[in-house]
Amino acid sequence: MTEREIRARPRNRVIVNKTVAPYLFLAPFMLLFIAFLIVPLIYAFDISLYKKAMVGGVKFVGTDNYVKAFADPKFWEGVGVLFKFAFLQIPVMIGTALVFALILDSGVVWAKAFFRVSFFIPYAVPAVIATLIWSYLYGPAYGPIGQTARFLGFEAPDFVSAKWILGSIANIAQWEYMGYNMIIYFAALQAIPTDLEEASVVDGASAFAFATRIKLPMIVPTIIVTVVFSIIGSLQLFTEPFLIQNMARSIINSNYTPNYYAYTLTFVGQQPNYAAAISFLLGGVIAVVSYAFMLLANRRIDR
Amino acid sequence: MADRKNASPVTFGFGRRDFLRGAAALPLLAGLPKMASAEDTVELLVWAWTPDTAVQAEMFMKKFPNIKVKIENQGGGKPHYDKLRNAIQAGSGLPDVAQMEFNSIPSFRALQALADMGPYGANDVKDKFIDWTWAAGSDGDAVYSIPWDSGPMGSIYRDDIYSANGLTPAKTWDEFAESAMKLAKDKPGTYLTNFVGASDAGWLGSQLWQIGARPFHVNGEEIHIEVNSQKAKDLLNYWQKLVDAKAVDTTPGWTTEWFAGMDEGKYATWIAAAWSPIVMQQSMKKSFGLWRAAPMPMWEAGKNVTSNWGGSTFSSFTTSQHLKEATQFAVFMGSDLEAAKLWNTKQFLFPVLKDLAADAELMGHPFDFYGNQPVNQIFAESLSEVDPTFEFAPFQDYADQILTDALAKAIGGAGKMADALDGVQDAVVTYAKDQGFTVV
Repeated sequence: MTEREIRARPRNRVIVNKTVAPYLFLAPFMLLFIAFLIVPLIYAFDISLYKKAMVGGVKFVGTDNYVKAFADPKFWEGVGVLFKFAFLQIPVMIGTALVFALILDSGVVWAKAFFRVSFFIPYAVPAVIATLIWSYLYGPAYGPIGQTARFLGFEAPDFVSAKWILGSIANIAQWEYMGYNMIIYFAALQAIPTDLEEASVVDGASAFAFATRIKLPMIVPTIIVTVVFSIIGSLQLFTEPFLIQNMARSIINSNYTPNYYAYTLTFVGQQPNYAAAISFLLGGVIAVVSYAFMLLANRRIDR
Repeated sequence: MADRKNASPVTFGFGRRDFLRGAAALPLLAGLPKMASAEDTVELLVWAWTPDTAVQAEMFMKKFPNIKVKIENQGGGKPHYDKLRNAIQAGSGLPDVAQMEFNSIPSFRALQALADMGPYGANDVKDKFIDWTWAAGSDGDAVYSIPWDSGPMGSIYRDDIYSANGLTPAKTWDEFAESAMKLAKDKPGTYLTNFVGASDAGWLGSQLWQIGARPFHVNGEEIHIEVNSQKAKDLLNYWQKLVDAKAVDTTPGWTTEWFAGMDEGKYATWIAAAWSPIVMQQSMKKSFGLWRAAPMPMWEAGKNVTSNWGGSTFSSFTTSQHLKEATQFAVFMGSDLEAAKLWNTKQFLFPVLKDLAADAELMGHPFDFYGNQPVNQIFAESLSEVDPTFEFAPFQDYADQILTDALAKAIGGAGKMADALDGVQDAVVTYAKDQGFTVV
């Protein structure tokens, strides 16, 4: 900085070096990030290296918990369930969210703002409440769906049976997160310049062709990001099976998903050390799967 | 209540206190308020889930004006214990006193979290309690919890369904099975009962207790584990037969579906504990007043052996700064006759005090929930027939979880419940060894 610049600056302003400034702006976020994410992670990693027993107390065991977790069939069973869940739920959710976003963006519907908000509201409902609402609706003998079906003279499927339960949970997730994804797509679609639409109209493209050939390809990066978020979210599934367990005890056991397993180990089995190792292993699985998906998607786009 | 000596040594000499205790417990407690007021006010935080605990806490505060009790409800059962364990793990945030069911005492003792209330005078009231209830929470002169209510088992049934179908309460389990088969055939869609053993390990524990299975025996750091005993298999085979014949239903317990099933008349009986109407009357409006109680079915005719399910105690924690006051509170809640009477008649908590089990007026008290039947007699008899030798594991919750996972899977169609016990045995033994116990 030259002398003149410094003089020109009003006196009451605090002068901050340009290399320092960004960090000051980041500070509020970084503080929270460190306090509520980094520190707990370090703490969890630390306890994952120990083992506390009811008799014998605490001892350092190094990587023992990780070796055990890696070979634990209960953990991998849970991962298997979540893969099934993700393959079932993510495509449906992303697909419907896209369709609704395109419809809202096309301008053919009335009361656009109303529909946009209505689809988004479930996302504002906490997962606990959503699951309680749905588990009431799913009740086979006394739930409203079952009763209505019987009133109309047919039998509704047993939503909490082995055959349907994963679909029932996926449906709750669909209800909760479809609107959230839809809003993201809608925002991305709104950002597409209008001259593209004018150009396609001039070229004689139908609204459908414009949507599928121009709009969709333009928001592919957004779609990829939402899919990655959904994969991460799916692999962390906990609230829905946890709350619906008492209705479907024979299908949802206490290690139904890896997070559920970690919960059981900590709060029922008094094994927080092992649970910490399970959590890190799950984090590893999520990182690998997300990275694999990104790699796959990017290769497709490059082609 | 040793502290009373310290509170007012002048007006309440040792001799008079002993005299009063001998004469009657009630006037003794009535005389307390004047003595306590000299001390500074102490605030006690209490975690309890039973409805209206605050009413009895008010009674306590009237007698001990220097103690302010704050009741917090952390949710019944599992959420309550999860939060307690969390606080123990964290080393802070524990209440001064918490409600603690009989089956949870060993696991919290294993965590070395429960305070010994013996030095604070808890043993003074020892003889008032029905022996096994006191024994469950103490170890010689060390007192880890003071009994509050018990859960003697009985048969709670729908009078309307029984009389409409010519049924009488079964005296033996064989009769019970016959009635179940008959009702399922005569009236499809109505079941004598809903088997909850594959979803409610607490209930199953009461059945194992009655038939004579003894899954755990703890001796210091040694533990004997026999989850898959022949008696346990006999019990599960009995129910398996009824389940396979579709003579009983298998809706998971404690769900809206299950409560509605009882209220709507789909299920005619719940073999349950004396406290069960607390939960039943909250969700069963239609059937209120139609229920009756009878003794639970016996495995051998003429040889009455019953069991206990649930029932709570009050425990304090080593972290509490007010162990003396915590003990006073626990002792009051457990042994004050007026308070105990009130929560028996209003809250269906079955007494653990010898004096009350022998109180003719209380035993004759009619309950509207039971169509004015004086059910206390039935449960008092059951309480006297409880075999006190049943033990819980220091990791009962975990064992229950493993057991329920396995039985629920079996009842969902993957094999027989009795066979699933062998896998549970292995899992529990592995766990116990992992936790440092010597399995014998």
